[in-house]
Amino acid sequence: MPEVDAPLERPASLRAMFMAFTRLAMQGFGGVLPVAQRELVERQRWMTRAQFLEMLSVAQVLPGPNIVNMALMIGDRFFGWRGALTAVTGILLAPLIVVLVLAVIAQQTQGVRGIEGALRGMGVVASGLILSTAWKLASGLGKNAMGRPLCAALMLLTLLAIGWLRWPLVWVVLGLGAVGMALAWRKLR
Amino acid sequence: MHDLLLGTQPLTTAAWLSLFTHFLVLSLLAVGGAITTVPDMQRFVVKEQGWITDAQFTASVALAQAAPGPNVLFVAVIGFNVGGLSGVVATMAGTLLPSTTLAMAATRLSSQHQDARWMRAFTTGLAPMTIGLLAATSWILLGPTRTEWTAIALALGTLVFMLRTKWSPLWPIAVGAVAGALGWV
Repeated sequence: MPEVDAPLERPASLRAMFMAFTRLAMQGFGGVLPVAQRELVERQRWMTRAQFLEMLSVAQVLPGPNIVNMALMIGDRFFGWRGALTAVTGILLAPLIVVLVLAVIAQQTQGVRGIEGALRGMGVVASGLILSTAWKLASGLGKNAMGRPLCAALMLLTLLAIGWLRWPLVWVVLGLGAVGMALAWRKLR
Repeated sequence: MHDLLLGTQPLTTAAWLSLFTHFLVLSLLAVGGAITTVPDMQRFVVKEQGWITDAQFTASVALAQAAPGPNVLFVAVIGFNVGGLSGVVATMAGTLLPSTTLAMAATRLSSQHQDARWMRAFTTGLAPMTIGLLAATSWILLGPTRTEWTAIALALGTLVFMLRTKWSPLWPIAVGAVAGALGWV
């Protein structure tokens, strides 16, 4: 994994930002997050990996779609409310048109086996893509003030509670999230 | 054309409003992303209102997962199957309005107080949980195919591909689509 040490860039214009978000949205199958990390941090270099993870943490705790919340925050950071609106429209408009066209087609090809199998295979790959995002972002935890053992414990407990025990997210956020914040509060001083 | 705009069985104004309001409320409960509210959406549009069948509902979610773009677009497909483009407006506006308003307020707050200790404690403390949630999402997406070694190999192969190369994720997705269509996973 290459570390990004060069100075950060910023989007040249609202139009350039719209195109960047459309571009990353149209590449994101089974979730835009892995592509967003690659495009925004590694390709456009609008933010560092640590900034991306922090923004994602805020977006994840807010209600609503994480990636849309993130687009809004990034747009707002560079161009204020017009940027927020542009980024959200950029990330939603083109894929919305595509998915509605697919919905019309799906209504007319119900029960075709090859198509159902293809969707299944793409679902498996989507799982691997999200895991790779988690893996890359985990390297950002090295700089976390809580230290590696505490970070690893919180990460594994979340995985266990949500993935295996299937507890409601609200209790996990209020429970483990509060513990994490209290620990971070003590360490940060 | 009329079907496209209003769906095969047009919603009454009252039904449209109840669809919009329900998604408005769910938007504020979607703490871990819109996908966490799927069970309640299903309860409302399938069980309670009977606007679409269970099979149509499941197909809506699967379709959006396979298409490019944010996962939240499954909400638009459900809206489309319930009430054509008017349904899309109800579900998408309902889902996006409260959460974007709140996110806008939160981002102003967080950039004003970026260096405040409580703000740093908030983001530092939640970062490990975010990664745990992503790992859990990966695990849950693999749910239907978790018992097949070919599926696990494909998912792990995707992981290695993404860590070792700078190529577009469209490549493993294409491989997955072909492998699935041929019945290998």
